[in-house]
Amino acid sequence: MDLSFTPEELAFRDEVRAFIRDNLPTDIRDRMRLGYSPRKEDQIRWQRILNKNGWAAHSWPKEYGGPGWSPVQRMIFLNENQLAPAPETLSFNITMIGPVLIQFGTEAQKSRFLPRAANLDDWWCQGFSEPGAGSDLAALKTSAKREGDHYIVNGQKIWTSTAHNADWCFVLVRTNPSAAKRQEGISFLLVDMKTPGITVRPIISIDGNHHLNEVFFDNVKVPVEMRVYEENRGWDVAKYLLGNERTGIARLGKSMERVKAAKEMAREVRFNGKPLIEDAAFRQRVAQIEVDMKALEISQYRVVSAYAKQRDGRPDPLSSVLKVKGTELLQTTTELAMDAGGPLSMEVWAKELAELNAPDDLLEASSAATGSYLFLRAASIYGGTNEIQKNILTKAVLRL
Amino acid sequence: MDFDLSDEQRLLADSVTRLLADQYGFEARKGYQKQAQGWSTELWSRFAELGLLGLPFGEDYGGFGGGPLETMLIMEQFGHALVLEPYVATVVLAGTAIREGGTNEQKQALLPQIAEGALKLAFAHGERQARYDLTDVMTTATRDGKGWVLDGAKSVVTHGDCADQLVISARTAGERDASAGITLFLVDANAPGVARRGYAMRDEQRAADIALSNVHVAEADVLGEVGDGLPVIERVVEAGIAATAAEAVGAMAAMNDLTLEYSRTREQFGKPIGSYQVVQHRLADMFMSMEQGRSMAMLAAMSVNQADSVERARSIAMAKVGVGQACRYVSQSAVQMHGGIGMTEEYAVGHYFRRCMVIERLFGDPAYYLARLSAAVE
Repeated sequence: MDLSFTPEELAFRDEVRAFIRDNLPTDIRDRMRLGYSPRKEDQIRWQRILNKNGWAAHSWPKEYGGPGWSPVQRMIFLNENQLAPAPETLSFNITMIGPVLIQFGTEAQKSRFLPRAANLDDWWCQGFSEPGAGSDLAALKTSAKREGDHYIVNGQKIWTSTAHNADWCFVLVRTNPSAAKRQEGISFLLVDMKTPGITVRPIISIDGNHHLNEVFFDNVKVPVEMRVYEENRGWDVAKYLLGNERTGIARLGKSMERVKAAKEMAREVRFNGKPLIEDAAFRQRVAQIEVDMKALEISQYRVVSAYAKQRDGRPDPLSSVLKVKGTELLQTTTELAMDAGGPLSMEVWAKELAELNAPDDLLEASSAATGSYLFLRAASIYGGTNEIQKNILTKAVLRL
Repeated sequence: MDFDLSDEQRLLADSVTRLLADQYGFEARKGYQKQAQGWSTELWSRFAELGLLGLPFGEDYGGFGGGPLETMLIMEQFGHALVLEPYVATVVLAGTAIREGGTNEQKQALLPQIAEGALKLAFAHGERQARYDLTDVMTTATRDGKGWVLDGAKSVVTHGDCADQLVISARTAGERDASAGITLFLVDANAPGVARRGYAMRDEQRAADIALSNVHVAEADVLGEVGDGLPVIERVVEAGIAATAAEAVGAMAAMNDLTLEYSRTREQFGKPIGSYQVVQHRLADMFMSMEQGRSMAMLAAMSVNQADSVERARSIAMAKVGVGQACRYVSQSAVQMHGGIGMTEEYAVGHYFRRCMVIERLFGDPAYYLARLSAAVE
């Protein structure tokens, strides 16, 4: 048992750190430092830089264009990338559809989609949730009826992140409404977002931004060869997708980066006549967060190290712990950064303000901190709510 | 980075687990507790036979050259069985003091005896007024010819009542709270002027308050450098925190097992209470707390021998906070999920609860270490 990184792992970390330092465009880094979500073009630009180096598809084996990293290397890469801070690779492409196609896809699907997903030539989105199927995903109703060489898809998806940017969508549809179990009538389809009959409607979230959408399917024709795996076995694919890639699920690097940003703000603002960073209550909050981050870090090492040893493909139940504790920390750390901004965190930084005032990093950082605080309320909802994670733990670990 | 155990480590953990499963059931433990010294001399001999009492000492001193990870493995099992014997006091605390501060002669004289089970020690450092401040030492040692004379009082010396010898800290120079001027002494527990009052703590483990009045100590029984005892004391406390953190993990695991089992069998409103989601989610939270605590106990064990003293102290402090907070959540929840039976003396869960309560404040509580971490925030 040894907690410290090996010399090889340390050398790898230095290599990753140096690459990001030398290749991350400064305009992207500056926006990320202020706490903004990456723009679409930032995300594409950075993922292509990574992909040129063979690193974008960080969890894929070499034969499919990934770097063939060990789980430990992957964790180091994700952490360094989040700490930089750089945009994260698009999860729909890299940790969702990529591994699904590698596991279940036909040769034609793999060769057509994998290289384009790695390079973000195709932007993917995830058509799972529906108005009546959130945590209870198997209640989904969007139907796909076979007509010759096509499925005709009708229905509605909701909470579809980045559908407005997307070229393709992987969609769960009901192909057998009379199956004995609801899970047995579901199929997994790849849908071109330009197909006639698809309407994307924006949902503005509480941070004032457009991340989410409703997606409507009105007699959308999807070729049969765009089905992944067998008809009515889509639930197996979905379960694999949700459980397969848990390295970095904790997004610890992001939390660390937010604490760093909060401390920087706290050095600039005053509280009771002295810098906020000198206030005992603020320092105690930081210390508690750092303790919790350390516990999460070690737990993440334990999960990753177990993955490295046994590759039986079953998700470690501890990964549900990482999801719950990691998202709690994302929320605590973004809250800290917002609170550090004080009254400035109430401002919505907009172009008009930029024109009125001289450039003001503190104001921008405070406003962006509030934005990420608001946006990351979603962290404990997406990818299986934290309550669902506890249900998973109850079944998988406690066997109740 | 590697979290696997070696074959030797697995063997060690297995043999301790087997011994305790066989000899340390809840009812057997009650018997040990009723013995005069509050624990079992027979089990102490078994620990010696298994090599546990010499585990962390070098082979030159009759030991097995184990490290903090080996200590972690057996302490977790001790926590699971609520072991009453003076292992932490003798092997971890006094053993570390001798290892870190002792001369070769002192090590030769003491460590093999500890390993054989022939000698028990206690670490008499804390004082009534000191709370958790390691530098708040008011017991004095004054020069007397070629030796020293000790006067003062030590409080809550764990297993101080059964110890044959005491490692006592005393001020040889400087004011109260000064870092310099603290010296460690090896003192025969029955020496003239040493008055011990033994008692059971809240968790049934034994401790003693000790009064020192005109106690003569020879120069040869100074442990470490005169006036420079604090670094050794810090190493002792760090080793103690790491060991009891692992013990707490074992106690938490036992409480979680008990609570889970209870939730499967206890029926209310016609169903096992474990079928209710409100209970299930509390159990999931308890599991998560325990696992986070386990990660922190691992951090503590892997930090004990770290060379950089600032980084080491920081990691240990973090572990102390994390494990203490996990302890409190898990033990309070375990009693709550049991309902009335969790409140009773006859049922095990309350005994784990009280052990965790004591561990939380041994060597400093989470609030104390959080305050230290807060002061060091950069």
